[in-house]
Amino acid sequence: MYDAAIIGAGVIGCAIARELSRYQIKACVIEREEDVCCGTSKANSAIVHAGYDAVPGTLKAKLNVAGNQMMEQLSEDLDFPFRRNGSLVVCTKEQDPAGLDTLLERGRANGVPDLRIVDRNELLAMEPNISDDVTCALFAPTGAIVCPFHLTMALAENACANGIVFKLNTAVTDIQKTSDGYDVITDQEVISTRTVINAAGVYADVLNNMVSSHKLTITARKGEYQLLDKSAGSHVSHTIFQLPGKMGKGVLVTPTIHGNLLVGPTAVDTDDKEETNTTSEGLGSLSAAAAYSVKNVPLRQVITSFAGLRAHETGDDFIIGEAADAAGFFNAAGIESPGLSSAPAIGVMVADMVKTYLGLDAKDDFISTRQGILRPEKLSIDERNALIHEQPAYGNIICRCEMITEGEIMDAIRRPLGARSLDGVKRRTRAGMGRCQSGFCSPRVMEILAREVPMDISAITKSGNGSQIICGRNKQI
Amino acid sequence: MQTYDLVIIGGGPAGLAAAVSARKDGLDDILILERDKELGGILNQCIHNGFGLHTFREELTGPEYAARFISQVEELKIPYKLNTMVMDISGDKKITAMNREDGMFEIQAKAIILAMGCRERSRGALNIPGYRPAGIYSAGTAQRLVNMEGYMPGKEVVILGSGDIGLIMARRMTLEGATVKVVAELMPYSGGLKRNIVQCLDDFGIPLKLSHTVIDIDGKDRVKGITLAEVDSDGKPIPGTEEYYSCDTLLLSCGLIPENELSRSAGVTLSPITSGPVVNDSLETSQEGIFACGNVLHVHDLVDYVSEEAAQAGRNAARYVKNGSAPSDRTIEILPTDGVRYTVPRYVRPTLMDDKLTVRFRVGQVFRNCSITTYFGDELISRRKRQVMAPGEMEQITLEKAKLAQYPDLTQITIKIEEA
Amino acid sequence: MEKRQLTCIGCPLGCALTVTMDQGEVLEVTGNTCKRGDAYARKEVTHPTRIVTSTVKVSCGAAPIVSCKTREDIPKDKIFDCITAISKVTVTAPVAIGDVLLSDAAGTGVDIIATKAVAAAP
Repeated sequence: MYDAAIIGAGVIGCAIARELSRYQIKACVIEREEDVCCGTSKANSAIVHAGYDAVPGTLKAKLNVAGNQMMEQLSEDLDFPFRRNGSLVVCTKEQDPAGLDTLLERGRANGVPDLRIVDRNELLAMEPNISDDVTCALFAPTGAIVCPFHLTMALAENACANGIVFKLNTAVTDIQKTSDGYDVITDQEVISTRTVINAAGVYADVLNNMVSSHKLTITARKGEYQLLDKSAGSHVSHTIFQLPGKMGKGVLVTPTIHGNLLVGPTAVDTDDKEETNTTSEGLGSLSAAAAYSVKNVPLRQVITSFAGLRAHETGDDFIIGEAADAAGFFNAAGIESPGLSSAPAIGVMVADMVKTYLGLDAKDDFISTRQGILRPEKLSIDERNALIHEQPAYGNIICRCEMITEGEIMDAIRRPLGARSLDGVKRRTRAGMGRCQSGFCSPRVMEILAREVPMDISAITKSGNGSQIICGRNKQI
Repeated sequence: MQTYDLVIIGGGPAGLAAAVSARKDGLDDILILERDKELGGILNQCIHNGFGLHTFREELTGPEYAARFISQVEELKIPYKLNTMVMDISGDKKITAMNREDGMFEIQAKAIILAMGCRERSRGALNIPGYRPAGIYSAGTAQRLVNMEGYMPGKEVVILGSGDIGLIMARRMTLEGATVKVVAELMPYSGGLKRNIVQCLDDFGIPLKLSHTVIDIDGKDRVKGITLAEVDSDGKPIPGTEEYYSCDTLLLSCGLIPENELSRSAGVTLSPITSGPVVNDSLETSQEGIFACGNVLHVHDLVDYVSEEAAQAGRNAARYVKNGSAPSDRTIEILPTDGVRYTVPRYVRPTLMDDKLTVRFRVGQVFRNCSITTYFGDELISRRKRQVMAPGEMEQITLEKAKLAQYPDLTQITIKIEEA
Repeated sequence: MEKRQLTCIGCPLGCALTVTMDQGEVLEVTGNTCKRGDAYARKEVTHPTRIVTSTVKVSCGAAPIVSCKTREDIPKDKIFDCITAISKVTVTAPVAIGDVLLSDAAGTGVDIIATKAVAAAP
């Protein structure tokens, strides 16, 4: 019997798990995919918003600002990359700059610090590639960029180190009320638990509706993105948003924490919660959309495109709390933007509710920090050579585009909740995430996975069961 | 810090031929740095035959061709380091490299030859929409898996791109037991050799669909199928021509990109057309003492030309080490126009050049019954008739030092394609 | 009388050749632009041959397979027989370039030889 079963190992589920792991609790995280961070958390803008966007008084407003404030300390405690690059909302000459004032007021009401309007001259000094039509902008210095994979993995690994059990490759098929809690029925086992925490992203409505008559409706809103080569990564230095207008919310142009340039997203609602495909219309629309705010975006340097699904709830705010007619069933639903930014604060808020409900006591041996995968590139040459001398695998480059060593890949596989697939290795180390998109390194990463897990090379997948890379030996298929 | 007269970045066909030639020109202090576990580069996975007709007057497979040069490197006792990644090259020719045994180390070179080769254009760079399942490989990755590791990446295959690697892989996959359903090509002509179309596709009844591209990829975990559509003259898919092919594998053979990240860090000027360094008649880049050859310079069609070009780079690097900076000289620019996309080299120094200089280039479209014309200023110097020219094949002309000496005021040479 | 259509492989021109035959004998080749086209067409319709390249399994080697080829051309219709014969072979490392991996493959009289060296496993 678990005290808590968290459904969904995205950034929200993992943030809640990490916060709950501060207490004396027996809890698990149930995830249908083979790894953490496989849904909405893996395909988004990777932005930590300042918090001027949401309407004052909403959960989105409160949790975004709180999450933004927490993120810096968290990045130090849990060793994931985070940088306050500042964000700009730009207004073009066709638009009414009063729209920026509205955002400014809203931001101030939400408690966003240091917001101000910058004129074109100052803006040009900040961002030389800003579009010629841009007249002024709202500048939010607390806007930041983060690696969503590393944030989620950091939370998950720290939760795991503090005793939370992760059940991967486990899909929930039903939830049944029992006398002392719930039975979570999965395709692997029945998990009995006193409380359930619903952090199931675009499927949060389905889970809620299994136990509650207060039905939720979550629409998957698709966003398509293009990621550009690092050689384009300094085209802008801030995150450039567009003032919403006739053209909708517009797209953002931003450097990523790893030095690429990201353009997107589109916003198209879909009935299919699995529809993570990119489309020619969507990708084709990005260049014109980006040009409203930033000129000469070098889209010839696209290295990959992707689509993510935001979990949009009809009420347009996060749904966080115990379902009114299902005691012990807590929702963290409708977590669309600014969900990533809010994740640390949502973690605390939900854990607090569960703590109160279960009457949990704090643990005195809580491990509050976690070491990320060692990045040799951050070491001096002498330190690096000492490391290679001790562990020669750190002298062996596997991914030549991102300069990732065998040592880092071995670390990614060997650590708790370690990588078991090419994508798992990629998200943890960036091996395969560069300009050749794993063309050169995938056979070598496969060799390392086969040796380290260990597993047969034919069982190696791109991203879990069904995505096998090879189908047999020569002349034997 | 270690020092070498000449460091060659890359031990593939270009690096090997450059090393051999520099040594034969009397340079002793040479080092080859190779990132893979053996010399030979991509030739090791090109197990088909057809290499070496120009160089060795016989038809060799890729590994055999590589072995000829590797044995010369061994006989000439040219040192090399395997499994060694060059991390950085500075403008003053300091190389930072790393491997398991030596750790991270620096080398000061007097001269450097860039011979890093190229990479394949990925699905992302091609902007093919759809899902992102397993089963999408660049043709070269599949080639490595099948030819060097012995693993089949799929059973039912569609290939996008009819360059030679795509055609060769159609045959390889078929011979190893897979079914290749179709090869699609965006352009109205194939980028591959006729011989490969006949012997890799026609022999096995594999259809080639010109002016077609992949417009959708189906399958969430593993590829389940792809949709092909015909494209118009602008390369845009034509509605109503969509055709679904069930398959578990999509191989991409859609062009090669010279790998010039290190060149960039060394401050070498790159050509936006070739994505390779801009070089003069000695194949020297904009950075003095840094030379380039092979596919890092421009993508070649035949390895024989790579060897020839690399030998030239090796000779010139040896000369540079022995004689130091070249005396200043006039520079004549070679201007590619009217169907000629680029030339290598781009600049000629008329008094320093070799007696004969091969200028290589590619054309931008298929030309029939046309001529390659060379102008010194406005004066037509040569006209060579060609029955057919295609972007997939490299063309060349020869410039003679003696001829150029007759034009002391010349500043520009133009190479064009004109009606015959 | 029988007509066969071929694409010449001699050069990028890729001439569309038409070969007129009578009872296996070539009467005429048309569509070619040069002598090579004529010669190619005559050989291709009477006894087409190919070099076959593939891989052979290696035991106790530094690599799991070794690349190989038919030492000479074999008849085109023997390609798959040849592959089947190759699929049954496993050689023990070390292998040197030119080593015969299978003699007289599929009754063609042509040997399969290694095109790469494979050292014994360390």
